[in-house]
Amino acid sequence: MTPFLDLAAIDVAYPPKRVVENVSFKMNSAAIGCLLGPSGCGKTTLLRAIAGFEPIQSGSIRLEGTELSRPGWTLPPEQRRIGMMFQDLALFPHLTVADNVAFGLRGWKADERRARVRDLLRLVGLDEYARRYPHQISGGQQQRVALARALAPRPRLLLLDEPFSSLDVALREDLAHEIRAILLREGIGGLLVSHDQFEAFAFADQIGVLDQGRLLQWDNAYNLYHRPADHFVADFIGQGVFLPGQMGEGSRVCTELGDIDGIPLAGCEPGDPVEVLVRPDDVTHDDASPLAAEVVERAFRGAEFLYTLKLPSGARLLCLAPSHHNHRLGERIGIRLEIDHLVMFRRG
Amino acid sequence: MTVSLEPGASAPRLATSPIAGHGFFQWLRAQWVGLDRWVLLVVGVSLLLALPVLTVFVTALQPAGAVWRHLADTVLADYVRNSLLLMLGVGVGTLLIGVPAAWLTSIHEFPGRRLFEWMLLLPMAIPAYIIAYTYTGLLDFAGPVQTALRESFHWSRQDYWFPEIRSLPGAVLMLALVLYPYVYLLARAAFLEQSVAVLEVSRSLGAGPWRRFHAVSLPMARPALIAGVSLVQMEALADYGTVQYFGVSTFTTGIFRVWYGMNDSIAAAQLAGLLLLFVFALLVFERFSRRLARFHHTGNRQFRPARLALRGRWRWLATLACLLPLLFGFLLPAGQLAIWAFRTAPRMMDGRFWHLLSHSLSLALGAALLILALALLLGYGQRLRPRPLARAAVRGAGLGYAVPGTVVAIGVMLPLAAIDRGVDGWARQWLGLSTGLLLSGTVMALLFAYCTRFLPVALHSVEAGLARIRPSMDDAARALGATPRAVLWRVHIPMLRGSLLTAVLLVFVDVLKELPATLILRPFNFNTLAVRTYELASDERLADSASFALAVVLAGIGPVILLSRAIGRSRPGYDAVS
Repeated sequence: MTPFLDLAAIDVAYPPKRVVENVSFKMNSAAIGCLLGPSGCGKTTLLRAIAGFEPIQSGSIRLEGTELSRPGWTLPPEQRRIGMMFQDLALFPHLTVADNVAFGLRGWKADERRARVRDLLRLVGLDEYARRYPHQISGGQQQRVALARALAPRPRLLLLDEPFSSLDVALREDLAHEIRAILLREGIGGLLVSHDQFEAFAFADQIGVLDQGRLLQWDNAYNLYHRPADHFVADFIGQGVFLPGQMGEGSRVCTELGDIDGIPLAGCEPGDPVEVLVRPDDVTHDDASPLAAEVVERAFRGAEFLYTLKLPSGARLLCLAPSHHNHRLGERIGIRLEIDHLVMFRRG
Repeated sequence: MTVSLEPGASAPRLATSPIAGHGFFQWLRAQWVGLDRWVLLVVGVSLLLALPVLTVFVTALQPAGAVWRHLADTVLADYVRNSLLLMLGVGVGTLLIGVPAAWLTSIHEFPGRRLFEWMLLLPMAIPAYIIAYTYTGLLDFAGPVQTALRESFHWSRQDYWFPEIRSLPGAVLMLALVLYPYVYLLARAAFLEQSVAVLEVSRSLGAGPWRRFHAVSLPMARPALIAGVSLVQMEALADYGTVQYFGVSTFTTGIFRVWYGMNDSIAAAQLAGLLLLFVFALLVFERFSRRLARFHHTGNRQFRPARLALRGRWRWLATLACLLPLLFGFLLPAGQLAIWAFRTAPRMMDGRFWHLLSHSLSLALGAALLILALALLLGYGQRLRPRPLARAAVRGAGLGYAVPGTVVAIGVMLPLAAIDRGVDGWARQWLGLSTGLLLSGTVMALLFAYCTRFLPVALHSVEAGLARIRPSMDDAARALGATPRAVLWRVHIPMLRGSLLTAVLLVFVDVLKELPATLILRPFNFNTLAVRTYELASDERLADSASFALAVVLAGIGPVILLSRAIGRSRPGYDAVS
């Protein structure tokens, strides 16, 4: 079965700089994906290449088996049937809400167009506002108009370029869930660009982590957190610190906190330096433990404390402890490692 | 639902290794594909518009002929001297009028300040040649002023001396009276943008109002003043109507004399080339000081304290300082025109007048719409394809506003005449018939010259308007299925309505007022309001020309209203002038 969206080894460059390098991934229909990464990682450029606004220098982009982009040839955006929601929404200020939604319905019969606009405005709960102009409605309502406008011509795929960033946190989550439900119901694929991992987790089934133009991992949220493919992903997703250690016999790893059952790393000899990812929830507070560390920072989070601990070697750890364990700065507390999913990489 | 991670995601790239040259050719093709029809169109139109100026330069580089040597031996020194004196005099004059007016209206409060703020712009509505005709009529021997003097003192012709207006100082005065608004506008913007804190600091250091003016405000406004004076001097160099009527020999009158009197197009182009050098020197000066002006902004604008209310006789002196330029630059000449027009209109406003009026208006409107279309093409083309090549070409075409109409006309005439000769020769040889003048001496030539000269005016409005439309608007429309051309029609043009109207109005009035290029390029028996005014004035029928002149002045009030509305919005910007 041909994948719905298929990016094969694409490069995007603003000469002389290559902004996206050798990115490949596949997405199946009615799936919702997310490109996640720090600002400047190339995620928006990648999205714009899929939309057809940027030409690609190598590789190919296919949608439902048809080629959209290859080096030297780009199907114009207006012929792709790919919808897009923009960071600044880009509502047309000279058109009413209804006319904005109808913009992409050129060539439709008048009564069908009217019906489609009505349906969409009802879908996003704005049927009362059809005759208003964009500047006469609130930010959240503008967001919904932008969604309705993008969905009106029945796109095959909807691209979302950080469209929630201008909203406050509560509204952002509601709208993300709402859009997700609409996409799934209408059977439209979605691809979101975001720098916020929680937004990505809430919205997408599959997430690609980008750094400096490269796609480091394309996976679901659980695997990104528990089975990161490399150091950057491990660092970028969730919290945690890397604890230095040494490969021992078999798959044992010797660390300052004792020997751990590691995982075999290809080409690793005993004695080779490695690093083990320790998440805050991997470190359990246990007064009975012989291992002790000094509290150097603490952040109250309501149900729990996030402690930053200093080990005798000077290495630091994060520890999540229930908030009735109230320790002062400078106090030494007993800890125990309880790692369910061991993540380790070669050091150096 | 399956989503797979490509195992090759971080594998080393193979694409370029097998055939090393492949990548290069692909790159080359991408570059070539980049030169699509939009880029070619933008560059092509820009080059076409730059053709007149390029022609003048290339022709000017030809070896000097007998006429040129004759010019150099006799009148050239006069042309240079008079042009320089005109430039200097008008520069000083506009500073003396414009700076005090700007200083008073921007910082102080006195009777009539609100009214003066925009009425001081009114002289812009009067073309220099029309004010020259009017003052000649007012001040000559039979005019109302000398007549009144003679009657009240019972003098006769030999009893008194009266200054001759038709002279170089007279020309300086005329030009300064209608050009000072440029300096006024830029100086006003500079004074308003000066940090209040700087003025308050100097006050706390004991500086009184005079010292604050000459030691703080004036030096800080200097770049803006230089920019304003440079603009004014460009206009002074470009003037033909005034100096021609006053019999002052400058470059522009010289070009006419050589072109028509000596029939030497190369020598005319050489004179035009020399004039262009002067203009471009001013242009560089102006650009440079505008850049400086940006660095001279000190600190943020805080809230503006109440204006300094002038007291006692200062109030009335301030009112007078603002009233005089308005009186002599607009009220008096416009009033004289109105009186003449009232007297002669019954005779002059016959069928021919209305025919000429509609002819002139439709020419100006047609030219304005054509120029607007070109400006939209260049502005939007650049937005679609932001290539350095296209940018540079458009910048080149944008210099046209600095080029005097006389020079543009020569630059249009030479290549079109060459084409006509070529086509005619070819047709005679192969078809046995003469095609005559196909391009030169037609409305085409005239429109071409207007495009070269006035496109920058429209382009400025269009580009400023386009810059306010975020690029995501274009992308959103494209993603919704609109082609680039549909984006222009459905998104940009509706959003740009205001800017486009402004552009059309400005160009319309400029075309209506234009004199020298129209004189040179107009087809036989083809007349405009400006040309008819000129013809009647040249026949010493000043009163008869008033109806035509007044029509031009009335049209010129349109842009003044636009500018004064911009001032009313209290965003004094450099945009207001150029």
